[in-house]
Amino acid sequence: MKIGIMVSEGPYNHQASDTAYLFARTAIEKGHKVPRVFFYHDGVNNSTKLTEPPQDDRNVVNRWSKLAEEHGVDLVVCVAAGLRRGIKDEILAPGFRISGLGQLVEAGIQCDRLVTFGD
Amino acid sequence: MNDTMDDMEGGEGVVKKFMFVNRKAPHGTIYALEGLEVVLVSAAFDQDVSMVFADDGVYELIKGMNTKGIEVKDFSKIYRALDGYDIEKLYVEKESMDARGLSEDDLIVDVTVLDSAEMAKLMAEQDVVISY
Amino acid sequence: MLHIVNKSATERNSLDSALRMATKGSAVLLIEDAVYAATKGGAAAAKIQAAMADCQIYALGPDLDARGMSGRVLDGVKIVDYGGFVDLVTEHNVCQSWL
Repeated sequence: MKIGIMVSEGPYNHQASDTAYLFARTAIEKGHKVPRVFFYHDGVNNSTKLTEPPQDDRNVVNRWSKLAEEHGVDLVVCVAAGLRRGIKDEILAPGFRISGLGQLVEAGIQCDRLVTFGD
Repeated sequence: MNDTMDDMEGGEGVVKKFMFVNRKAPHGTIYALEGLEVVLVSAAFDQDVSMVFADDGVYELIKGMNTKGIEVKDFSKIYRALDGYDIEKLYVEKESMDARGLSEDDLIVDVTVLDSAEMAKLMAEQDVVISY
Repeated sequence: MLHIVNKSATERNSLDSALRMATKGSAVLLIEDAVYAATKGGAAAAKIQAAMADCQIYALGPDLDARGMSGRVLDGVKIVDYGGFVDLVTEHNVCQSWL
């Protein structure tokens, strides 16, 4: 199956991004496809390359980038929500791209399932 | 482009039932405003769109809001513009209204009031549910 | 239909709303802080037990473990891992997250 994901909260503040990542990784391991993860509301903050979490804890941003690199997951950051929160092209981590809300609607149309992770 | 992006091609002419579930009050958080923005964009995709207001989401539709004092954008009029975008299916849960002492007369836009059982049935019929 | 609840029932009313609007035969999956609702003696235990008459209730095992709650799960609640979470999503025609 093709499973789309929406992440509505930023890294560390809420568990949403962690749960979404573990769900996505497991879905891929089980042979499903995760064509797109759409980051909305504070979820856009998952995309910044400026993150520097402590060394002894998970790196939420980097592991999304790794999922994109290894499995071709399209990580899309909402342009409007991003601009509100100061997320622009020049600070995006690898694998993320900025685009419009249409990409979320498209994921709903094209995927077999769409799961929201938020607060 | 990689294989996974190819999965996002095609699908022209597909019409799915999209439900957008609003359960948060306006202004205390951004979900009401940014939730509206998704719905407006969805209008361009010719999908079968419903908006549901339950729990504190019913407060999003209250008429007579004045945001001058808190200095934030007043977006309440956008709900009245939805039918111009062919977004006409607005549902409000009766139990949520009753629990908050509200009636349809308090609302800025015409809605269809459903009780929980009717709302549950409507939700189960959807293809995609996006929640805030 | 699959209903996913992620907030504690003593913090927010999401569980109440999900149970109110789950049709008979639905599945309800508790994740993150919502797993506390699936524990014996918890404030939501009675609600969960009543809901079992109409719905299958699941709780995400890793979230129970993380919170030290694995030994207190109510009888009748099925514990799943992330693989089971994925299966629930694919097995039900649509899912809704009650945030």
